[in-house]
Amino acid sequence: MALKIISSQCTSCSACEPECPNVAITEKNGTFVIDPKKCTECLGHFDSPQCAAVCPVDDTCVIDNSFPRYQVPA
Amino acid sequence: MQASIHEGTAVPSAAKVGEVMQAIAEHKGCGTSGGSGKASCGSAAGQGDLPTEIWEKVKNHPCYSEEAHHHYARMHVAVAPACNIQCNYCNRKYDCANESRPGVVSEKLTPEQAAKKVLAVASTIPQMTVLGIAGPGDPLANPEKTFKTFELIAKTAPDIKLCLSTNGLALPDHVDTIAGFNVDHVTITINMVDPEIGAKIYPWVFWKHKRYTGVEAAKLLTDRQLQGLEMLTERGILCKVNSVMIPGVNDKHLVEVNKAVKSRGAFLHNIMPLISAPEHGTVFGLTGQRGPTAQELKALQDSCEGEMNMMRHCRQCRADAVGLLGEDRSAEFTTDKIMAMEVNYDLDTRKAYQAKVEEERVAKVAAKQEELSTLAGEMSDIKLLVAVATKGSGLINEHFGHAKEFQVYELSTAGAKFVGHRRVDLYCQGGFGDEESLETVIRAINDCHAVFVAKIGGCPKADLLTAGIEPVDQFAHEFIEKSAIAWFKSYLDKVNSGEIEHVERGDAEIRQGALISAA
Repeated sequence: MALKIISSQCTSCSACEPECPNVAITEKNGTFVIDPKKCTECLGHFDSPQCAAVCPVDDTCVIDNSFPRYQVPA
Repeated sequence: MQASIHEGTAVPSAAKVGEVMQAIAEHKGCGTSGGSGKASCGSAAGQGDLPTEIWEKVKNHPCYSEEAHHHYARMHVAVAPACNIQCNYCNRKYDCANESRPGVVSEKLTPEQAAKKVLAVASTIPQMTVLGIAGPGDPLANPEKTFKTFELIAKTAPDIKLCLSTNGLALPDHVDTIAGFNVDHVTITINMVDPEIGAKIYPWVFWKHKRYTGVEAAKLLTDRQLQGLEMLTERGILCKVNSVMIPGVNDKHLVEVNKAVKSRGAFLHNIMPLISAPEHGTVFGLTGQRGPTAQELKALQDSCEGEMNMMRHCRQCRADAVGLLGEDRSAEFTTDKIMAMEVNYDLDTRKAYQAKVEEERVAKVAAKQEELSTLAGEMSDIKLLVAVATKGSGLINEHFGHAKEFQVYELSTAGAKFVGHRRVDLYCQGGFGDEESLETVIRAINDCHAVFVAKIGGCPKADLLTAGIEPVDQFAHEFIEKSAIAWFKSYLDKVNSGEIEHVERGDAEIRQGALISAA
């Protein structure tokens, strides 16, 4: 139910942090991480996940398959 | 325009009043030189009609006045890491300490750290007059951090000029805030006004929670850039436009860009060569897109130099650069070091030092003016380039072998005009001996007829002569322009007497590697 940031690719530019509608992104040990409990994949907020849309490195903010996809609460 | 002597300006006592007034007038960017009878502005040609209030804004800003960049330093603080667009010449992932391109920094700072750093640098380098925020991302994609930094610095170091450099996408939203902080100078990077061309430079922009691509993205960007430029110039804020020259993509188009920004009130146009190498990992680097040669760049700059000032002294510095343009003292001011520094910000000491710098400037212009009068009456179509090794202050004061860059002047019967600089530093090359380094230098100044140095060894001297470049060390520690004019006069005399034959030189290379000084 969340996106994750591949830390080896993160440039630590911080662009994603203020874009997240759920305040799920924070800096940790020099790169940024997404709190999977808070991430909603931007469903219900925007057309596409904001972190991925603003990230300067392709395929760095990606769906974390270890979680089931987020479902908008009914 | 009236020429007035401002505070702290020394008048050489022996000089005739007329000459001094001329020198000061030109120093202020509005001299009328002999010979052509046309208003001329010394090295910064085209500043002829600069009103006093504008000259006051640019006279000690190294990025807005070529003349100032010999004397005054600037610093950038890297408080703005985020960006809202992607450019094919930029790669934010690349991180090498010896790398120097816009978009690359060693460490990012919080606004509080940045304010401390500014005070530390201003106390150590009294001729540091300008604080810029240029990234490493886009300052206006990080508005809170950028404006917080301005707020802190305006409080603690009110004499320092604030400026910023942006891609322009978010600019219209922030113009009033920028004006509110008394930011006098804003640079916008505008590489195109045609979205079809823009699509080849920008893969995407992020605007209002959406990523736009292709022509749509470029259209959005150019509209916002030009709107932002108009809004700034309406408010009397000086705008410099930076354009990256990408051969085969936007090189011819930049003439259109020049017209578009000129008509919207831009003050200065800075056409810079593309920096592109595979090891940078940029799209252009990986696709083998080449940068322009020295002559291609100069030809484009010359063709745009009409009513608008062209900047030719840009060093395309890092977003954490410190020092005079062409030097980088950022390694002296790492966060660890500045936090440990005792900072004593003394405005009076800074003012006193800067008054001395002003004396130096006036003396330099007077010397050039005096020499220029010796060219009066000379008739020749010869125009040639010379390279100069300098550490600043407008003097020939660098040893050939120590020079990390050479400044290039175009000489003609109209005088000496600064037209660019060539990097010859060897960082990130690794394993190159003296022989290779000399070849690098020769390739970089191959279009020059002579190279002026404070000192030079016997071996490089011979090699330069073989390459057809005359090493000139007889003007060591003298003013650049005065010396160049004196040399040019004797060159013309030799040509006229048949002692030498004037031959055109070839093209030169623009270095693509890293530029950063050793600590």
